Amino acid sequence: MAKLILSMDNLVLKEIPLNKERTTLGRKASNDIQIDNLAISGEHAVIVTILNDSFLEDLNSTNGTFVNGQQIKKHFLQNNDVVELGKYRLKYVNEAALQASQADFEKTMVLRPDMMRKAAEQAAGKPADLAPPIAAAVPKPAPAPAAADAVPLGAIQVLNGSNAGKTMELVKSLTTLGKPGVQVAVIARRPHGYFLTHVEGAKFPSINGTQIDTQAHELKDHDVIELAGVKMEFFLKR
Amino acid sequence: MAKIDLSIAIEMATCSDPGRVRTNNEDSVLANPQLGLAVLADGMGGYNAGEVASSMATAVLGSELEHAFGVHPPHQISEDGKTWAHAALIDRVTKTNAAIHHAASSNAQYAGMGTTLVIVQFFDNRMAVAHIGDSRLYRLRNGELSRVTRDHSLLQEQLDSGLITPEQARFSQNKNLVTRAMGVDTHVDTELAEHAVLPGDVYLLCSDGLNDMVEDDEIALTLSSLSANLPLCAQQLVDMANDNGGRDNVSVILAKIKQPFPAPEMTSGWKERVQSWFS
Repeated sequence: MAKLILSMDNLVLKEIPLNKERTTLGRKASNDIQIDNLAISGEHAVIVTILNDSFLEDLNSTNGTFVNGQQIKKHFLQNNDVVELGKYRLKYVNEAALQASQADFEKTMVLRPDMMRKAAEQAAGKPADLAPPIAAAVPKPAPAPAAADAVPLGAIQVLNGSNAGKTMELVKSLTTLGKPGVQVAVIARRPHGYFLTHVEGAKFPSINGTQIDTQAHELKDHDVIELAGVKMEFFLKR
Repeated sequence: MAKIDLSIAIEMATCSDPGRVRTNNEDSVLANPQLGLAVLADGMGGYNAGEVASSMATAVLGSELEHAFGVHPPHQISEDGKTWAHAALIDRVTKTNAAIHHAASSNAQYAGMGTTLVIVQFFDNRMAVAHIGDSRLYRLRNGELSRVTRDHSLLQEQLDSGLITPEQARFSQNKNLVTRAMGVDTHVDTELAEHAVLPGDVYLLCSDGLNDMVEDDEIALTLSSLSANLPLCAQQLVDMANDNGGRDNVSVILAKIKQPFPAPEMTSGWKERVQSWFS
């Protein structure tokens, strides 16, 4: 279950589990999380929790609600987000997110109709007024682990014919070479290198004068590929 | 009735892999290009129960539908005005659901098992698509990738209600929650639709292990670059999911439409029958 850790001046005051569908924050005693400070509005903000996801919404407070230094109206909380209300800080910790990130990717589960109804009711209770969330508050997508940075960028240079001398960087995950319907090969960019594979045509391409078979062949720096009469050199940019 | 053979018009390829993290593969795929049928299921449940559920779904549906379309052709219009493909898919999925549910409730080790499902039945320049859960069908037409099915998942419902944006959905912790599955209940709500099919189309059925690991534009690039070599294309999609972490089982079925496949003329059947009376 997700929780909030309330602190002031780096001193932890308490931990609040997000076990309700609505957890309210404010100065008044009626709030689930009461912060008795004049900088906090009577009804300052609310956190709506649906299963493993929590959404923070500012309730038009006088001094605003900030997440990681940015003012928000509505925010989809991510693990380790820091919510600032005046001098108080609330750190959002989602253990489900931690567990999921630790190798064991959660298995698909069926959401039973009773749970579903609850989620739907929660969704219905929060209609379209939540519509435009703050784009800036959305964290950057986690970089694809396929960080092709492990291998330097590859390129090919045409060695003969009318296009001789032309270079093409192999930026995309797949680059096709040749003429569709006649002879086509593809260079796949993978985390551990570049691979040439025959796609179609009766003739197979060759690497350094040796014809390849149906398997993918790893390209090495300065390999010469020949395909449909065109020779090209593969090289790694450093 | 003449046996259907669509393999001249439709080429199919499959690939299924446990991924980089899991040791067992709970996905199951079946492709029958002669019949124009593709079935993909992503099982769930403890021990090997997920595998049992998904392989039951593909095996039972594979043989049940082959039998059903041996009795009537898929394009035949039944009493309720729907095609036989439509009626047979709903009926056989309902029966298969009952069989999986029965197995789950009568064997302790299979308790709670279930599976997602996506089926495509090609016939008469069309296809009938049945789906349950978050396994998907995509279509590549004129270089453009579109999703034919809409997931039955909590995430999709949150997207539909405007609670979260597609951008936020990528970080949701609720990705793994499906709202419909086969085998978990006595009854199942199957979504069924029919769509027109054109020569040149490439269809992709996949488990969430693909679309959770590979972005749509990368899927589109792969389908358009490698459609000339379908088995290579299927392998490449699985490799990409694994290169990106392969956190789940990943399965794909590809179907490429090489030429039109209209239903055989009914009249020829009549002619033959009349001729047989006189001979």
